[in-house]
Amino acid sequence: MTIKTADVIIVGGGVHGASTAYQLAKAGINVVLFEKEYLGSGGSGRSAAGLRQHFGTETNLLMAKYNLQVFPTLEQELDTGMDLEFTQWGYMWVAYTEECLDQLKKNVALQKSLDIPSVIMDTDEINARWPYLCLDGIIGAAFCGEDGHINPQTLTLSYGHAARRYGAVVKTYCPVTKLLAENGRIKGVVTENGEEWHAPKILLSAGPWSTPLAATVGVELPVYPERHNLLITEPVEPFDCPMVLCLDDGAYFKQCPNGTFMFGRDDQDEPHTTETANSAKFLEGVTKSVLKRIPVLSGVRVVRQWSGPYDNTPDHNAIIDWTPVEGLLVNCGWSGHGLQFGPSGGRVCKELLMGEDPFVDLHRFRLSRFEENDLFFEPAFI
Amino acid sequence: MTEKANIICRCEEIEIDEIREWISRGYDTFDELKRELRVGMGPCQGRGCRDIILRELSKATGKPIAELLPGVIRPPVKPIKARLLAENDQEAE
Ligand SMILES: Cc1cc2nc3c(=O)[nH]c(=O)nc-3n(C[C@H](O)[C@H](O)[C@H](O)COP(=O)(O)OP(=O)(O)OC[C@H]3O[C@@H](n4cnc5c(N)ncnc54)[C@H](O)[C@@H]3O)c2cc1C
Repeated sequence: MTIKTADVIIVGGGVHGASTAYQLAKAGINVVLFEKEYLGSGGSGRSAAGLRQHFGTETNLLMAKYNLQVFPTLEQELDTGMDLEFTQWGYMWVAYTEECLDQLKKNVALQKSLDIPSVIMDTDEINARWPYLCLDGIIGAAFCGEDGHINPQTLTLSYGHAARRYGAVVKTYCPVTKLLAENGRIKGVVTENGEEWHAPKILLSAGPWSTPLAATVGVELPVYPERHNLLITEPVEPFDCPMVLCLDDGAYFKQCPNGTFMFGRDDQDEPHTTETANSAKFLEGVTKSVLKRIPVLSGVRVVRQWSGPYDNTPDHNAIIDWTPVEGLLVNCGWSGHGLQFGPSGGRVCKELLMGEDPFVDLHRFRLSRFEENDLFFEPAFI
Repeated sequence: MTEKANIICRCEEIEIDEIREWISRGYDTFDELKRELRVGMGPCQGRGCRDIILRELSKATGKPIAELLPGVIRPPVKPIKARLLAENDQEAE
């Protein structure tokens, strides 16, 4: 068997793998990415694609701020002919209890100290701006008007397309069956079609599938899948409805740039699996919950539903770290908020892989925090 | 506004030339074309365009249509008013 080589191998073509491939290829690195299906077929393409600067820790906020600096010009930068549909119709976290509102206030204070233009709104202000929202039970909200939406499919595909233009090899429909290590060092990968590729450095960015892949070289990752569902309606005349996240039952909705509405809702009973089945229970529960808040949509038709896996960790924050196997970097475990971190996640992985200093301190994202019981507490996670 | 001539996807107004162009760029699966162009994502979920696109893919790849993955048609299959779904909800208040 002939063995092929690269400077860096990336396993997993979600937004993080594709963004890293793009940034490495642009820097002149010989990079090969393996994706088991098409780019974005995992969590990335299935996400609700909410972009926000509402976090409650400085680490996440610095990265979130960077993401929102990149998105406005990313379509021109990647220049692939695909429409990224970036919009800034805002993102609102809606509180139903005093305790919850107090936490939102703390988060917003921290955001403001980092020059993020978030505000706390009372019900009169919410009603004045979005009179079609039903505010029963609501006591206030946190809102940031710079936040918004991007098409998660074209985002991931465009990163991959631009990476190829800079010389990256992006192999789709090419699953990796195992990683290879020797004497404590990473060595390469074996693919399902029987190819062996070697590289001194490997990035594992396979979302919830990272756990079984890391195990093939003895690395244990606490990342597990959790199924979440979404639906989309027919398009209606755009009225810039922001992303509204209801902190009582986890329901959320927003209008997408093409006029369709997206509805989602957390469900603790959903299985911990990467299987993407659909449930009627979701359709019925989510429509009831969302129509309570935005009754004008009751006559709008639901067109499609789908599901996808969150890539959860015990503290719902990502792991970005070198593993005990030398040369093996992981970036996974973004849970319910990883799509929007494509720009910053790709940037820090590129920096680590090129031996540069990452632009933010990645200490909180380290792998050893779980055994040290020093979890990364983020008050604003989904 | 330019008039679109050969529209094959009415929901998203996609022309056959756009399909051919993305196939020639190397995106030769229905799933990828769907994500680039939204074909199959509109209210009809591809009832109008799927067969035409699969024929193009077959021509380009030399694979018989029966061997191509046709993408997923997602529930509720036919668009249904949100209110009717909500009324069905059995969950206890
Ligand atoms: C319903 C839902 C809603 C969400 N909403 C949001 C949101 O509003 N905002 C937000 O920012 N995030 C959201 N997320 C979370 C977000 O989607 C994820 O955190 C993020 O996409 C993770 O990206 P990733 O690149 O790390 O992983 P993924 O996108 O999961 O990519 C991993 C890739 O690895 C590939 N792979 C797996 N095994 C192999 C193998 N053996 N060989 C080769 N390739 C392999 C997979 O096919 C997949 O494409 C949501 C997720 C879901 C499911």
